[in-house]
Amino acid sequence: MNNYETVFILTPVLSEPQMKEAVEKFKTVITDNGGTIENVEEWGLRKLAYPIQKRTTGFYTLIEFDAEPTLIAKLETAFRRDEKVMRFLTFHMDKFAHEYALKRRALKKNQPKAEEPAEEPAVVEAAAPVVEPEVNVEEEKANE
Amino acid sequence: MAQSQSEIRYLTPLSVDTKKKKYCRFKRSGIKYIDYKDPEFLKKFLNEQGKILPRRITGTSLKFQRRVARAVKRARHLAMLPYVTDLMK
Repeated sequence: MNNYETVFILTPVLSEPQMKEAVEKFKTVITDNGGTIENVEEWGLRKLAYPIQKRTTGFYTLIEFDAEPTLIAKLETAFRRDEKVMRFLTFHMDKFAHEYALKRRALKKNQPKAEEPAEEPAVVEAAAPVVEPEVNVEEEKANE
Repeated sequence: MAQSQSEIRYLTPLSVDTKKKKYCRFKRSGIKYIDYKDPEFLKKFLNEQGKILPRRITGTSLKFQRRVARAVKRARHLAMLPYVTDLMK
């Protein structure tokens, strides 16, 4: 099993339920082929840095998952077949990337409550690896 | 005698501008992974036209320069950073 993450951009012409449906579709592609989904982040409608297919905005979605390498080809063909997907990128996370992903996830969960102004997120997160376990504990308490 | 005359003397010692030593920020702060999903951070390694800055300016070590370049290229693919632009900063 490897850790992967995939980011894809859906066309902005879709309505909210259509977009949700498309995301669900790719999630089922992963789960049906023996993958387990770790985390899903929807970044919402974002402005693109340059137009893709003559559109200047797109719905970004990030899915982090564990899977066998054979799944990736299937997932990517699913992306290619789907006209709603403008761009996608699947990335195999090594152990440092995975650590970073875990930290990022913990931070994301905490941010809506704490609302810390993070000027340099990458540096801050990497500089404070010791804080991570504490953060998780806080989260669990908050969830309870 | 001749030697002492040729020497130019100043009242205040000349401030020889000691160049700040460049350093690799990733090595210094112990960053091991550069995230392609964070365009604001990656912008530090780009010039106004969105080109990747050379190591001789940023001071990044070779190992991390490669990783920065890869992260920037990934971000460009996902339209989080432009391939070409003007006045980015």
